Amino acid sequence: MGFPHKPHLKETVVLSQHFGDADARTLKGWTKRGGYEALAQALKMQPVEVIELVKESGLRGRGGAGFPTGLKWSFMPKEKKKPHYLCVNADESEPGTFKDREIMRWTPHALLEGTAIAAHAIQAEVAYIYIRGEFTEPWTIMEKALAEANAAGVFGKIKIVLHRGAGAYICGEETALMNSIEGKRGNPRIKPPFPAAAGLFGMPTTINNVETLAAVPHILKRGPAWYKGLCLSNPKSTGTKLFSVCGHVQRPGNYEVTMGFPLKDLLYEMCGGVPAGRTLKACIPGGSSVPILNREETERTLLDYEGCVASGSMLGSGGIIVFDDSADMVYQIMRLARFYAHESCAQCTQCREGTAWTTKIMERILSGQGKMQDLDLLLDLSENMTGKTICVLSDSCAAPVVSGIKKFKNEFEDYIAGRRKPVMVA
Amino acid sequence: MSASHAAEQTEEYRPVFAGKVLEELQSILSRYPTKQAALLPALWVVQRERGWISDRNMTEVAEALGITPAYVKGVVTFYTMYHQHPVGRNFVQVCTTSPCNICGAEGVVKAFLEQTGAKDAGATSPDGKWTIIEVECLGACGFATPVLINDDFVENVTPEKVADLVKKYR
Repeated sequence: MGFPHKPHLKETVVLSQHFGDADARTLKGWTKRGGYEALAQALKMQPVEVIELVKESGLRGRGGAGFPTGLKWSFMPKEKKKPHYLCVNADESEPGTFKDREIMRWTPHALLEGTAIAAHAIQAEVAYIYIRGEFTEPWTIMEKALAEANAAGVFGKIKIVLHRGAGAYICGEETALMNSIEGKRGNPRIKPPFPAAAGLFGMPTTINNVETLAAVPHILKRGPAWYKGLCLSNPKSTGTKLFSVCGHVQRPGNYEVTMGFPLKDLLYEMCGGVPAGRTLKACIPGGSSVPILNREETERTLLDYEGCVASGSMLGSGGIIVFDDSADMVYQIMRLARFYAHESCAQCTQCREGTAWTTKIMERILSGQGKMQDLDLLLDLSENMTGKTICVLSDSCAAPVVSGIKKFKNEFEDYIAGRRKPVMVA
Repeated sequence: MSASHAAEQTEEYRPVFAGKVLEELQSILSRYPTKQAALLPALWVVQRERGWISDRNMTEVAEALGITPAYVKGVVTFYTMYHQHPVGRNFVQVCTTSPCNICGAEGVVKAFLEQTGAKDAGATSPDGKWTIIEVECLGACGFATPVLINDDFVENVTPEKVADLVKKYR
């Protein structure tokens, strides 16, 4: 449902079915709603059978990269020689994204159940759920749900541990998250080795996003064919996806639609469009790390992995940020650059220096001191920040800058030419 | 150096991990295969008990986990939520990243500063009751502007609602 709003007829409600229903948070309420049946079913199956089933469903990672989940699980050693670990990425920090928060707030047992099933599939005895430090409410709810489930012995031999982050966007990067659990600074690691070979504590590890795991029990119960059938466009994108819509829309919130759903319908019909008297200017469809779309591109985008790429962006985490014609794109892109500069772990020169200088140049343009050459300088910087670092934080900073200059160049030029009143940047 | 910093150095050190809190640390340690992995949760416990994490606290944590104080400091300084200085009794974090920014988040910060008397973002109000800071994305963009007051997550804050919030926590 378009939580906190009433469900819309065009939504395909699977993961969000119980959003807003506090009774579903309790073990009793969850079991009453068919909860933990999928786990019981999975525990009777061989791990490899569970993996095959998830592979068949076409489920892909919902954290941003869209990697096929079953395939990822299959990379774990079949023959277990060392401890195996599962990490659950609940460090949701991508600007524009707030779906995992709602899953944990309303259906904590859905995540716990998916986690236990995944742990069984990859033969992990311990699963760490890494929840960002600022998520105080989801933390309390998850803690309570876990205690209840543990008391009832729901997970058998599988041990689930909650681990609290402490304010670092970069810990959403898989290897940074593992370092953070190990009690280290959240610096991403060079790959290879990949986590399936040497991840958490140097052991074979799989890491999955909250929304990915919450979908797993449904796939087990209703079958991979059902999940695969949830597809409106490209057969490589299956199932439902939660889209968090924020910014300049009448009804912000989470909406669950089938993969391939038109972005236009989501924004105009379900979210009620932009505020009255305004027109849509731009949209970031997959969290702040993906390229910005202009109005025309937004209106033709189909919401799946391939559809967003076809429009010149990416599906990412499904965090949709909407800008109407009142938005100052130069200022907002500066804010995004500042976000990345603040969150850079500072290991790689291109990122540490690149994000900081991008922000400074953006601030100079806003203050009316910019030069036309600054736009080329920004593009040159961005090029050196793309594909050259240990992780993609640096690329993520470049994406809105490059697409912003390409699509809203006139706004940059207005500041530089003195046609627009300078902004004093704090 | 603030008064609390000075007090830390002159008064006799009272360990954080004693009695019930030590038991809590032991239970944390049982969740991980290495002692070092208990670092983040141990630091959270220190901050809960003392309000912030002093150098002396870091040394205590280091001793408990078999790592060096310098290593602990390296970790503390990496994560923004650990306080390395005392903060106001009410610690207010206002999200001002783009999605909240276009919904008026900067006005919320301004209203908090005005209502509490804190001079600037990051500074503590003269009565010691308030520290207001701007933070990057709190992960609740659809409920702009989200504000974290201590451990309470408040959604949909507008500048008009700030006066009532300040009254509630004062």
